[in-house]
Amino acid sequence: MRLLLLAIVATAILAVVSLFVGVSDLSLGALLSTSPEARPMQILLISRIPRTLAIILSGSAMAIAGLVMQMIVRNRFVEPSTAGTTESASLGFLVATLLVPGWPLMGKMLIAAAFALAGTALFLRILRAVPLRDVMLVPLVGIMLGGIIGAVTSFFAYRFELLPSLLAWNMGDFSGILRGRYELLWIGLGCGALAYLAADRFTVAGMGKDFTTNLGLNYQQVMVLGLIIVSLVSAVVLVTAGSIPFLGLIIPNLVSLMVGDNMRRTVPWVAVMGAGFVLACDILGRVVRYPYEIPISVVVGVIGSAVFLYLLLRSRRAA
Amino acid sequence: MPPESALALPGAPEGRRLAGLSRPVLVLILLALVTAVSIACFMTLGAKGSWSFIIPFRGRKLLALCLVAYSVAISTVLFQTVTNNRILTPSIMGFDALYVLLKTGIVFFLGAGALTGIDPQLQFGIEIVVMVVFSGLLFRWLFLGEERSLTLLVLVGIVFGILFRSLSQFMQRMLDPNAFNVLQDSFFASFATVDTTLLAVASVIVAAVSVVAFRLGHAYDVLSLGRPHAINLGVDYKRVVVIILMLVSVLVAVSTALVGPITFFGLLVASLAHSLVGTSRHRYVLPAAALLAIICLVGGQTLLERVFSFDTALSIIIEFVGGIVFIILVLRRAAR
Repeated sequence: MRLLLLAIVATAILAVVSLFVGVSDLSLGALLSTSPEARPMQILLISRIPRTLAIILSGSAMAIAGLVMQMIVRNRFVEPSTAGTTESASLGFLVATLLVPGWPLMGKMLIAAAFALAGTALFLRILRAVPLRDVMLVPLVGIMLGGIIGAVTSFFAYRFELLPSLLAWNMGDFSGILRGRYELLWIGLGCGALAYLAADRFTVAGMGKDFTTNLGLNYQQVMVLGLIIVSLVSAVVLVTAGSIPFLGLIIPNLVSLMVGDNMRRTVPWVAVMGAGFVLACDILGRVVRYPYEIPISVVVGVIGSAVFLYLLLRSRRAA
Repeated sequence: MPPESALALPGAPEGRRLAGLSRPVLVLILLALVTAVSIACFMTLGAKGSWSFIIPFRGRKLLALCLVAYSVAISTVLFQTVTNNRILTPSIMGFDALYVLLKTGIVFFLGAGALTGIDPQLQFGIEIVVMVVFSGLLFRWLFLGEERSLTLLVLVGIVFGILFRSLSQFMQRMLDPNAFNVLQDSFFASFATVDTTLLAVASVIVAAVSVVAFRLGHAYDVLSLGRPHAINLGVDYKRVVVIILMLVSVLVAVSTALVGPITFFGLLVASLAHSLVGTSRHRYVLPAAALLAIICLVGGQTLLERVFSFDTALSIIIEFVGGIVFIILVLRRAAR
C-alpha cells in the first residue's frame, strides 16, 4: 500500500512536470503575473491541462484494457494491438468517416467500438476453433489478424484518398489535444472503474471456463463485459489520441511481476503505472528534440517493443 | 495439396505423368509460359507513343521488378531451408526493417550531407556490407545459439521488426526535414515507382549472389532434412548456413533498396511454389518460386495499372493475401 502511494506521488510529479514542459513559457512567475491578456493562464487551461489529463486517462485506460484482455484470453502476451482490436477500431473509424462524415465524434467512436468488438470476437473465435498449445502462437495470430485488417483499411483509405488521415490517427500523438478534444477519454475512466468493480469476476474467469462455472459465475457474461470494456477503451483512445502500441502489454506484465495476479490488487497499480509510463514517454518525446515533438506512439513503440522482447526471451529461460 | 514431402526421398518425382514429363517439369514449363505472357503484356499494353521511348523506359522497370521478385523468392526459399520450416521468412524475421534502420542510422549518424557527396552505387555497396555484418550477428545469435521453439522465434522476429521500424521512425523524427525526405521513400513499398538508379549495381550483385548460391546447390536438399541429417551426410553445417544467411541478407538489401519493405510476399511465393511443384527438391522449387514471384509482380502490376488503374495498391493486396496464407499455415501447423 505504501509502495502504491509512492507510485501515485511519482506519477503526480510527472503530471506537474508535463504541465510545464512546452514551447511557450509557462513558469510559475509568468502564471502569477497579471499580464494584460493573461496568456500563460490560457495556455495552461486550453492546452496543457487537457493534454496532461488526456495522457493520464488514456495511459491508465489502455493499461487496464490490456490487463482485462489478458485475463479473458488467458494469455500474458495479448493486448489490443496484438489481437486485431486496434486495427478493427481503425477500420471502423474509417468506415464512419466515409459513410457518415457528419456525425459527431461520439457517434463515430461508437462505430469504431462496434468494429473493435467484432474484430476481437473474431480473434477469440479463431482461438477457439484451433486449440493452441503454444502460448506464443496466440499473439502471433493476433498480430497477423491485425495486419490483414490493417491491409483492408489501407486499401479503402487508398481508394478514397484518406491515407494521410489514416496515418495520422494510427500514429498516437498528444500534441493535437486541446480543451474540447479529449473529453471522450472520460469514458475510458468509466471503463477502468467498471473493470475495478468487476475485478474479482475477471480474476476468476482468468482461471478458466470450468472453474468459473463451478463457482456459480456466468462465464459468457464476464467475457462479454470484458470485450465491451476492451473495445470501448481502444476506440476512445484511437479517436482522440491515436494508437499507442504495447502499452497494455508491458504495464500489466511488469505489475504482475511485482504484485501478482489478483486483479483487485493489480488494477490500481496498472492504472497508476500506465499513466506514469505514458507521461514519462510523452515528456521524453517533447524534450528530446525540443522545440519539436516526437509522437508518443514512436517513443512507446521503441521502449515497448524492447520490453516485450525482454519478456519473451526471459519467460523462455524461466520456463 | 500433396502432403509435405520433406522426407520423401529425392528420386523419381511422384505424381502422374503427362506426355512423358513429370509434374515438377510440367509446372515449370507452365509457369515459364505465364511469365512470358505477363512480361509481354507489361511491355506492350496501353503503349502510346514511340517504341524507342517505351522499350527502355518500361524495360528498366521490368528489370527492377524481376530483380526484386527473384531476390525475394530465392532469399525466402533458402532461408526456409536453413531454418528448416515453411513459416519463417526473412521479412517476417525483420530483415528488411533492419535494412531500413541501418539506412536511417547511416544518415542519422553521418548526416545527409556526408551521403550526397558519395556515388549512390558505392553508398548502396556500403549499406550492403553493414547489413550483412549486422544481420549475421543477430541471426547467428538467434539460430545457432540455444535451441528455441519456432513460434518463439517468429514472435521475436516480428517484435524485432516493430522495434527496428520504431527506432528508424524515432531517428527520422530527429533528422532535419531535408534529410528526412531523402529517406522517406524507403519506408513504403511501392512497385509503381521503382528506384532505377541502382539497377546496374543491383544486377551485378544479384548475379554474383546467384553464382555463389548455385555452387552451394548440392547442399540444399540435404540441409532441408534438418541439422543432424545434414551433418551426418557430410555437410559442413555451420559454414554453409552462415554463407546462406549472408546471401539472404544481400538479397533482402537489394529488394528493399529497390521497392521498400514487403512483409508477406516471400511467404506467399514460397508456399505457392512448394504446393504447386509437389516436391521439396530445390532444383524445382527455386525456379518455380522465382517465376511465381515474377508473375505476381509483373502480372499483378500490369493488371492493376492497365486494367483497374490503381497504382500503389499492389503491395497492399500482397500483404492482405500473404497475411491470410500466413494465418492458415500457422493454424494448420498448430492443429497437427
